[in-house]
Amino acid sequence: MKKINYEKYHWRKIKSTTMTALSIMSVVIAVIPLFLIFFYTLAQGISALNLDFFIHMPKPVGETGGGMANALMGTAILIGLGCLFGLPVSIFAGIYLAEHGNNTFGQIVRFFTDVLSGIPSIVVGVVAYILVVVPMKQYSALAGGVALGILMIPTATRTTEEMIRLVPHSLREAALAIGLPQWKTTLRIILPTALKGITTGVLLAIARAAGETAPLLFTALGNRFWSTDLGHPMASLTVFIYDYAKAPFEDWNRQAWGAAFVLIVLIFIVNMTFRFVTRGRYGDHQN
Amino acid sequence: MVIIRIKGTVMIETLQKFSPAIVSHKMDLKLEAKTVNAFFGKTQALQNVSLSIEKNHVVAIIGPSGCGKSTFLRCLNRMHEVAGGTMNGTILLDGKDIHENDPVNLRRRVGMVFQKANPFPTMSIFDNVAAGLRLNGMAHNGHIAEIVERSLQQAALWNEVKDSLSKNGMSISGGQQQRLCIARALAVNPEVLLMDEPASALDPIPTAKIEELIYELKKDYTIIIVTHNMQQAARVSDETAFFYLGEIIEFDNTKKIFTAPSIKQTEDYVTGRFG
Amino acid sequence: MERHFQHELEGVKTNLIKMGSAVEENINNAVIAILERNEVIAAKVIESDKRIDTLEIEIDNAIIDMLALQQPVASDLRFIIAAQKINNDLERIGDHAVNLAESALTLQKSKKLESLLEIPQMVSATKLMLKYALDSFILLDPKMARIVLETDDQIDEWNRSMTTNVIELLKNDKQLIEPGLALIRISQNLERVADMATNIAEEVIFHIQALVVKHHAEEI
Repeated sequence: MKKINYEKYHWRKIKSTTMTALSIMSVVIAVIPLFLIFFYTLAQGISALNLDFFIHMPKPVGETGGGMANALMGTAILIGLGCLFGLPVSIFAGIYLAEHGNNTFGQIVRFFTDVLSGIPSIVVGVVAYILVVVPMKQYSALAGGVALGILMIPTATRTTEEMIRLVPHSLREAALAIGLPQWKTTLRIILPTALKGITTGVLLAIARAAGETAPLLFTALGNRFWSTDLGHPMASLTVFIYDYAKAPFEDWNRQAWGAAFVLIVLIFIVNMTFRFVTRGRYGDHQN
Repeated sequence: MVIIRIKGTVMIETLQKFSPAIVSHKMDLKLEAKTVNAFFGKTQALQNVSLSIEKNHVVAIIGPSGCGKSTFLRCLNRMHEVAGGTMNGTILLDGKDIHENDPVNLRRRVGMVFQKANPFPTMSIFDNVAAGLRLNGMAHNGHIAEIVERSLQQAALWNEVKDSLSKNGMSISGGQQQRLCIARALAVNPEVLLMDEPASALDPIPTAKIEELIYELKKDYTIIIVTHNMQQAARVSDETAFFYLGEIIEFDNTKKIFTAPSIKQTEDYVTGRFG
Repeated sequence: MERHFQHELEGVKTNLIKMGSAVEENINNAVIAILERNEVIAAKVIESDKRIDTLEIEIDNAIIDMLALQQPVASDLRFIIAAQKINNDLERIGDHAVNLAESALTLQKSKKLESLLEIPQMVSATKLMLKYALDSFILLDPKMARIVLETDDQIDEWNRSMTTNVIELLKNDKQLIEPGLALIRISQNLERVADMATNIAEEVIFHIQALVVKHHAEEI
């Protein structure tokens, strides 16, 4: 029998351990900024966080305290509008690309969605400004929604396409083979199967939209008062942070930190909730 | 040296007790393919394939990989065109050209079971079987439970899953999943069942179950099964077609194909001398 | 494609040919013992039958293994089925050779007969049938096998007339009872050998042409 070369064996072991250690280190380094941001905003903003902060309106300039209830509501409405404008287009575009996109037109659409995802958000804001604010002669939540919707399109479209492509061809065949028409196959079999992945993509898109400030400055503008009127300016968390952070009042700065922390947590919660809801809907079928 | 007297002739009886399927009298033809040519782009996958399949018979299609046997199967329910292929020639189902009608209706009459079990992953066992009925709007809710039970029983799966109908279709074993797919195909009440290597991914015992099932199902359905496994073809089928390079080389009674094939290529293939 | 299984089939065929030669040799020797009244050769036939029995078992085992392990079909299947029957037939012919040799010994001990009646013709025809049957198997020649089938009736006819003739013989000379009975035994054994040769020929036709030709001899 051949003798085992222990020296080589040890050398391999050392290499293996080193590489594992390096990998773990890289993961830690990648996660550190996240934790830094999380804890720094928490440390800075914690003093602003209390129940009043969530349920009260901002106080007039010069008074301490007050809250950002209008900004919370505004962000929710704006994201809702963004989804309303952006998601149907994205999902149908994604389905189209996955099912029939293997042609020149598909390639062009894919190219432009990629370009769109690279466009600075402020430019998208300007576009929404021209498209909605100028004709309406009024900053409005609607315009903000349009801007956020456009921002969601590239991520949501491409993830939808990718996720539908991941659904095994055999499922499509199975559905067609029991006599389902093409459209029912896509809507009732393929889409539900890809739902988890699409949801993840949509969440990414929402997360991106929720964190946008620039396009909202031109569109929803911001509002220091409670407003759910879609035709008028509306507050949002990001604009609230922007306004409060640059204000010369220490109390406002503190509240900006608090709002930033709330925004992070909200995005985190939305993510976790969706994941929890979609988990186990169809096992872990990915092949 | 003695003179050997030779007198009379010896009567000869052919080995096969039954006349071959092609010339059989009083045929009740279910499916008839006439000079079918199939293409993928410019590549020809089938050449002048003609085949007549009798009602309530099991026909096995054998041949080496890439011989066009799956393509032929997929022409029969027009799944070939889903994969982007084209075909010409005539395929008759009960004497009517299958291309005259909507493929959706055709596929409800000609069901298909695939090589790899493919239950709908978002659905329970019950919903998988009911999928065809519900999504096609083919039955009222009261009926569905009945049809699901009947289909699962026909697929010899009922006893194994009757207490867990609400479990996910992916949660059962591979052999059970394949029988679930058979039940799903049966639920829409097809007349013909196409099986594309239905047991090739299964262990011997689930394979035996599927084969037993085919034997049972042929009472009610006409079955065409593509298989790599020649022993399986021999066990389950009434007639066997041997495909090679997109052509049908020999189509005859299965007993004949496996005891005394007429054509050398068939002989060489079934005895394992090539392929 | 060259297959391991092909070699196994060849092996069985080689063994069958070996066995066929041994059987043929024994039959030839047994009839020499009869025709030339040679005691030594008769003893040799009886002795060498053991070799045939050993071969038969060997071939049987090989066939069972192949059926179990290779699941042969088509011409392979027909060959194996034919080989199994031929194996059985050859062993039986071997036994008949022993019977013939024993009868030769009886014939020699008892009163000398003037004539062996139809025995010489029967011997020649039977030997030829056996040779043709074995050659058709070796050469895969169905035409030779057909000749065997068509000759069988002649042997049957001789066998029947032998009985009548021996009875005639015994009516005249009671002392000839023992050799007379030996003659009938010889005739019957030769007829059985011819039958076995016919069976072999039938199996050869089945193997090569997938035709079943047995059980029609009476229609000729």
